[in-house]
Amino acid sequence: MEELSLHILDLVQNSLGASATKVEIHIEEDVSRDRFLLEVRDNGGGMTKEFVEEVLSPFTTTRTTRRVGLGLSLLDMAAQRCGGGVEIDTELGKGTRIRAVFQHSHWDRAPLGDIGATLMTIIAANPEIHLIYEHRVGERIFILDTEEIKDALGRDIPLNNMAVLGWLEEYMAQGLDELYGGEEGWRP
Amino acid sequence: MATLKNLDDLRKLREEVKGELQERFGGEIKIIVGMGTCGIAAGAREVMTEILKELRTRNINALVTQTGCIGMCEREPLIDIERPGERRVTYGRVTPKDVKRLIAEHVLHGRVVEDLVVARFDEEEE
Ligand SMILES: Nc1ncnc2c1ncn2[C@@H]1O[C@H](COP(=O)(O)OP(=O)(O)OP(=O)(O)O)[C@@H](O)[C@H]1O
Ligand SMILES: [Mg+2]
Repeated sequence: MEELSLHILDLVQNSLGASATKVEIHIEEDVSRDRFLLEVRDNGGGMTKEFVEEVLSPFTTTRTTRRVGLGLSLLDMAAQRCGGGVEIDTELGKGTRIRAVFQHSHWDRAPLGDIGATLMTIIAANPEIHLIYEHRVGERIFILDTEEIKDALGRDIPLNNMAVLGWLEEYMAQGLDELYGGEEGWRP
Repeated sequence: MATLKNLDDLRKLREEVKGELQERFGGEIKIIVGMGTCGIAAGAREVMTEILKELRTRNINALVTQTGCIGMCEREPLIDIERPGERRVTYGRVTPKDVKRLIAEHVLHGRVVEDLVVARFDEEEE
């Protein structure tokens, strides 16, 4: 995938496929330790120990529509190519945490890319889930929590209302801009 | 456009949106985007982004949802459009550039965009 934010979208699809109602995305860009970390945690169905040992292989999938599962093996390959790897913590019936680490400065590390579009896609198509997004760049942090937004908006108005989505998009764009230091800031 | 950036804005937005909700009636138009790994790798997120943008510009309150891989990976990005009471149509290899046309023709007027069609569902089949 050309952007790490596409891998994130893909990981969240796995969480939703496992019937998660709460999904947390964590991103940590730590230049001083030369580390780019992304993590998706969910409260979905989880996996068994035996299954998870095989899951980074493309031939492991519970899909019925095709014989290979691409998502996790692609992410693992991308992370390994960049001096990192994928770590999976999961418990059947409790949930799953997928963590991918990359060497921040590595030549082959894909850029984070349009994380705003990833978040908008998740929220627009799944307004009912509880999504928490936490993104750290050095000392700065941006957090988005859909429960907070729902509280402010009132529960009778769905998050996928077009006007609400429009607001969300601007809110996130500003939050991410500030995270990267506003005007003079850099982009990953 | 006004710069909105804190949660207080939502309380104002709430009043505007509430009025709108009451005006809406009848069934909803559904747009479903394929979001399996195959879809994402082929550009489903960009198509989704364009759909949301176009709906907003034209002020159409359609329901946009997603589905996983349906086994037609080589024809991703796939999107389904379904108007209330009409049959659902699946479009394939959709690019962001096709979105304006799909919305102007199919979503708004029920005219199927033939050159992008991959499958049609009759109501009885579903
Ligand atoms: N968060 C999760 N919770 C529970 N099970 C998971 C989770 N993520 C992955 N899995 C399991 O691991 C399998 C492999 O995942 P992977 O993303 O590699 O492929 P896939 O989702 O099956 O197919 P693709 O990603 O190509 O659309 C899944 O089929 C699913 O059974
Ligand atoms: Mg997957």
